[in-house]
Formats: sequence, C-alpha cells, structure tokens
Amino acid sequence: MDKLWLIIQREYLTRVKKKSFILITLLSPVIFVALFTIPVLVTIFAGKEKKSILVKDDSGVFQVPMDTSARANFMLSQDPLDVMKATYKSQGYDGVLHIPAVPASGKMQLSYYSEKQLSLGVVGYISDRVAEQVEAKKVKDAGYSEEVIDNFKTDVGIDQEELAFNKDGVLVETGKKNSAELATAIGFVSGFVIYIVLIFYGAMIMRSVMEEKTNRIVEVIISSVKPFQLMMGKILGVSAVGLTQMLVWITMTFILTTAATSFLHVDPASLQHSMGPMQQPAPEVVTSQAGQVFEAIASQNWSYILPLFLFYFIGGYFIYSSLFAAVGASMGDDQGESQSLSMVAMAPIILSIVLISPIIENPTSNLARWMSIFPLFSPVLMPARLAFEPPLWEVLLSMAVLAGSAVFFVWLAGRIFRVGILLYGKKATVGEMIKWTFSRE
Amino acid sequence: MASRFNEKPTFPALIKQNMNILQLEHVVKTYGTHRAVNDVTFDIPKGLVFGMLGPNGAGKTSLIRIITNITKADSGNIWLDGEPLNSRHPEQIGYMPEERGLYKKMKVGEQLTYLARLKGLSASQAKESLSYWFKRFEIVDWWEKKIDELSKGMQQKVQFISTVLHKPKLLILDEPFSGLDPINAQLIESEIRELAKQGTSIIFSTHRMEQVEEMCDHIVLINKGKNVLEGEVKAVKQRFKENLFSIEYEGDLPMALREHNPVFTLKKSAGQRLTVQLGEGVRTNDLLQKFIHSGVQVRSFNEILPSINEIFIRSVRGEVGH
Repeated sequence: MDKLWLIIQREYLTRVKKKSFILITLLSPVIFVALFTIPVLVTIFAGKEKKSILVKDDSGVFQVPMDTSARANFMLSQDPLDVMKATYKSQGYDGVLHIPAVPASGKMQLSYYSEKQLSLGVVGYISDRVAEQVEAKKVKDAGYSEEVIDNFKTDVGIDQEELAFNKDGVLVETGKKNSAELATAIGFVSGFVIYIVLIFYGAMIMRSVMEEKTNRIVEVIISSVKPFQLMMGKILGVSAVGLTQMLVWITMTFILTTAATSFLHVDPASLQHSMGPMQQPAPEVVTSQAGQVFEAIASQNWSYILPLFLFYFIGGYFIYSSLFAAVGASMGDDQGESQSLSMVAMAPIILSIVLISPIIENPTSNLARWMSIFPLFSPVLMPARLAFEPPLWEVLLSMAVLAGSAVFFVWLAGRIFRVGILLYGKKATVGEMIKWTFSRE
Repeated sequence: MASRFNEKPTFPALIKQNMNILQLEHVVKTYGTHRAVNDVTFDIPKGLVFGMLGPNGAGKTSLIRIITNITKADSGNIWLDGEPLNSRHPEQIGYMPEERGLYKKMKVGEQLTYLARLKGLSASQAKESLSYWFKRFEIVDWWEKKIDELSKGMQQKVQFISTVLHKPKLLILDEPFSGLDPINAQLIESEIRELAKQGTSIIFSTHRMEQVEEMCDHIVLINKGKNVLEGEVKAVKQRFKENLFSIEYEGDLPMALREHNPVFTLKKSAGQRLTVQLGEGVRTNDLLQKFIHSGVQVRSFNEILPSINEIFIRSVRGEVGH
C-alpha cells in the first residue's frame, strides 16, 4: 500500500511539475474565455466602423433609415450615376449604391461601386434595409396596413410539460418543464466531455507505460513492486492529474468569466446573441428567451444527472485507462509500428462517439438502450441519454454492467501488463495479449 | 511452499541453510511450450561472488526474474537466507538488469530517492544512503541534474547506486560491465569487491568468461535451462584439467623425447617450449626427471589448467557431462 502511494505520488508530481502541464492548464481557460469574449469585443469595435454611401435610387421606394448607429449612412443623390461614380470620393463617401427599379418578380439585384469591398455584415445590412422598404411598399400598394401584415407572422414554439402517472394509473402533474434542445445540448456536452477526457488521459497513461518499457526502467521498478501496483499507481496518479487540471480549469473559467462579463458590462445570457452581429433582437426578447432557458435548466434533475455523470466518468476512466495501459505494455520498441495496436483501445471509444448522434436523436430506440448498456460505450452514451430520462432499470443495469466491467478490465489489463511489460522487441498481437491473460505468473 | 526445514529436519540441513544466501531446488519455469528453466538445483554460499554463466537464451534472465520475485516459478523451492522466498524479499535484493533504464526526465536525487523508497527505505534513510554514495562516487553536484543531461558513463554510476543503496543482502548483477568504459568498469569492479568484502552476496550473471575468472569464487553454468556444472572456480578447473603441463627448456631436446613414451604425450611444440600431457598414473616428478636426465636445462614447469572459457565451451557443446 505504501509503495502504491509512492508510485501515485511520482506519477502525479512529475506531470504536475512539468512546464508544459502548467502552461496548458493555465492557458486553456484563458483561451476558452477568449473564445467567448473576442466575438463580443469584435462586434463592439467593428460596430464603430461605418460606411458612408451615396445612393442612386431608381426604384423610388428607398428612404434613408433614421438609425444612426447602423453600419452605413446613406445619402440620396439626384446626379446621374456616371457623375456619382466619378465624384463620390471627392464628396467624402465610401462608394455608390445603385438601386434599380423594382422588378415585377424574381430577384432584385443592386449594384455597388467603390474602390474597396464591402464586408459581409454591411452587405447584409444594406440588402435587409432595401428589402424591408420594398416589402413595405408592396404591402401598401396591395392595400393592406403594416399592422395587418405583422399579425400574419406567427412564431411557433412547443412547451413540454412532463406528466406522470401514479400507481393507480391516475395522472399527476409534475410541474417539470422539458426541453428537447436543452436535453440534446446536455447529452452532447456530457458525451463529448467524457470522450475527450478518456482519450486524453488514456493516451497519457499509454505513453507513460511505453516510455518505461522502452526505457527498461520497468524491470528495476517491478523488482521492487508488483506490476499490478505499478499499473494501478499510474492509473490513479494520472487520474489525480486530470482532476487537478479540471479543478483549475473550472475555478479559472469561473473567475475569468465573471471578470470578463463585469468588465464588458454584458449579461452572460446575451453573449451568445451578441455573437451573431446580423441579428439583434430586442432586449425584452433576449430576456424572455434567457428566462426560458434558465427555467428549463433549473428544472432539470441535476441531483440525478450529476452523480450519474460522475459515476460513468469514473467507470469509463478505469476501463479505458487500464485498456490503454495494457496496450502500452504490449508495444514494441518501434513505436511507429506499434501505433496500430493502440486501435484496440481507440476503436471502441471512437465508435461510441460516432453513435452519440443517432442515439440522441432517438434516445428511446433499441439501439440507444443496448448501446448505453454495453460497457465500452456506456461511459459516453449513457450520460448523453440521461437528460432524456431513460427508464430506471436501463440505468441501473448499465451501471451494474459498467461497475463489473471496470473491475474486469482492470484485472484483464493487469494480466496483460505483467507479461507484456517484460517482453522487449516486437509488439504483441491481440492473440498474444489474450494468451497472456491466461498465463501463469 | 513447504519449508526446507520441515522437509529435512536434520542438523546438517540447518547448517547448510545458514551458510547459503540462496538455495534453489528443482526450479521449473515454462513459457508457453518453451521450458526456460528446467529443473535447476544449486546453492549459493553467503558472502561470495557467484558467477552465473551461460550462453544467450540459456535461461539466466528467467532464473533471475524468479529470484527477484518478478515472476514465479511453476514448481520447485527457493530459499533466501534460509526463508522460503516471499514478497518481502525484494527489499533485501538489489538487481541491476542487463537492459539498464532510468527515468530520463527525472532529477538524479529525486529518482534515486524514489527507487530507494520503493525498496522500503524511509525518506531519511534514503537521504543518508544517497549522501554516502554521492560522496563516494564524487558526484555530489549531480543531485539536481536530469538523467538525460548525463553522459552514458555517468548514468551507469547512477544505475549502480540505485542497485545498492538499500544495502541488499543479495546483489544480482546481470552483465554489469556491458557498455562500461574502462574507467567506470574498474570503479564498479572495485565497488563489487568492496561490497563482497563487507559480506554482501553477489550473483554475477555474464557470458564474458575472463571477468568470471577475475571476479568469481563460485560458478554455476546454465545451458538450455539446466545447470550443467557448478562449484568453486578452483575445483571446477581441477575437475576439468587434462593433465597438461608446459615446459620451457634450454639446449637440444633429444629426438627420443619427442616420440611417444609412457610418461607423457607431446601435444604442442613451439621453439623451446612444449605442451605435454601426463600419462595415466604418472607423477609430475617422473616427468621432470625424464627431462632433467635428457640433458636439457628446464627453465620453467607449469600445470596448464583449463580456462573457464574452455570449460564453458566444452560444457555447452556437450563434450562433458555433469
């Protein structure tokens, strides 16, 4: 036990003290927060850049918009187009916009003349304004008022209220609101987080085992400790590294997000809206949407989802880290040639991430049910399904299978590890790995 | 595993136990269909340098891995210092594998402390032992250096320290001189002798015979998983001697002496030096007398004992039996 502790300590400290680890751990949240704040900053600063455009209007519908904060200022001119093209620059404009007569049907094509190109945002802004005004003119010509037209537009959404039945089959209101979008988002995020962590730390363990094997230090180590202790020490040590890294990330992301949002004076809920510069919904719409999202998030059964997420996370970690350790121990001295062997551990986890989409689309299908019970897939797929509330028996069965398999895989990997680690030279085949499992000590 | 004491509760067995650091009895180890260790039985006396010889693939490393508790024997009994081999014993054994290895990115001090603690030393014991060896090898300023900043020779000093810093009762060195430059080889050799003098028992596994003659008191020869020969180096040489003698003389050797005679057979003649084989039951004085009476001046007269190398080759080729 003391020796296992020594190994865990070494595995942990050598990694945590590395410069590259400190750099990645400290920089990742900065990059993460930057990903959110840079678009906001860009829209804030880009919004100040304006185009002044001289307009030649042959349609007779265009009116200069009142909004001075927009991305372009317009000025109508009665000069002939050729004169405008020749003189716009000396008059202090950026370019000339030619609006042709409104066609009876089909697409309306405007022309813009300038030395410099328009950005996509400005193109969108101009065509939206022209379209609005042409539309308004057409409505008016047809004899309707604008209020009537606004009434025509209907926004449809679905509120999902969960129902339940008690033992006697009597309907009970739960008061719980469901959201397909949210459940999908939670599903994808949990699935991907587990997938990435399993691959990242699994590969870390595999590399470290390979390194010790090709270094030959392993023979010195296992003349002092049991191979199983060495393997477990690595698995537990690296898991502590992962936990440290995540703790730092969560804390730093929280601090940086708080700092960034208070610095920019933006409501975090509106961040995602600010990211699309072309749509700028009215503030009250944002608030009500954010309110709905928060309400739905709050009504999720987090005290159920989070502990289960953690359970699948740990179970998956044990299965895959031991698999990766066994693969690392079976590698030959030629690491290039050995790469194919790592597919033994990689293939199932990649397959599970391929399955995540169809399963989230059909969370109650047979595929979803059985794949999220299969222990090599369940660490990714069951958390992805949890927000859709699969039947309890499926969850319990899947958990039992996962727990049993985690123990089995650690045992299996230990058997392969103890033989593989001492065989130098060529990489092993999968057949040999299976044979080692049954060989005596 | 039954204890040897229970099996043979006789007094001589007890004595033998205390004299031997390691005893192997009918040890067998099979990998798949390959029998790597095939019924090996021998004892290693305490406080000696014991040579374990054998060609590549003879089963030396398999045997060492069993002794160091890395693998287990399929059958047979092993005692370390009179106790059946168990999982506490690795702390009393120092093992330097043929394939050397250290953590390249770890600092020398940190690394050796870690290895010492895996051998059961406390942090303070480890520090004490390390400072002794660092001073002894004059490498005190290496403590903060990473292994991959050291030359190969320097790394081997560190490797040697890692093997001995927990003061093992039994030291197992697998090809300890391979890859060493002459200066380091000499340093390690004198350290091995010093440790032996202090009472550490040493198993020295090699296929380099000249080192065996220099260093070892006892040998065992392993071939195809079996021990084909064992004993004190002097005794083994005696056992394999062919009654060969070398005679150097001055003057003209009479023709009669070159011909076959009952006293000796001429094996080789080079200038004024002969190699002869003594006839069955003939004493050396008879041989000398024959030369003296022939009128030549005998300058030197030596018995030629076979080198361990010759014995090794003959044994491996199967020219001699047990």
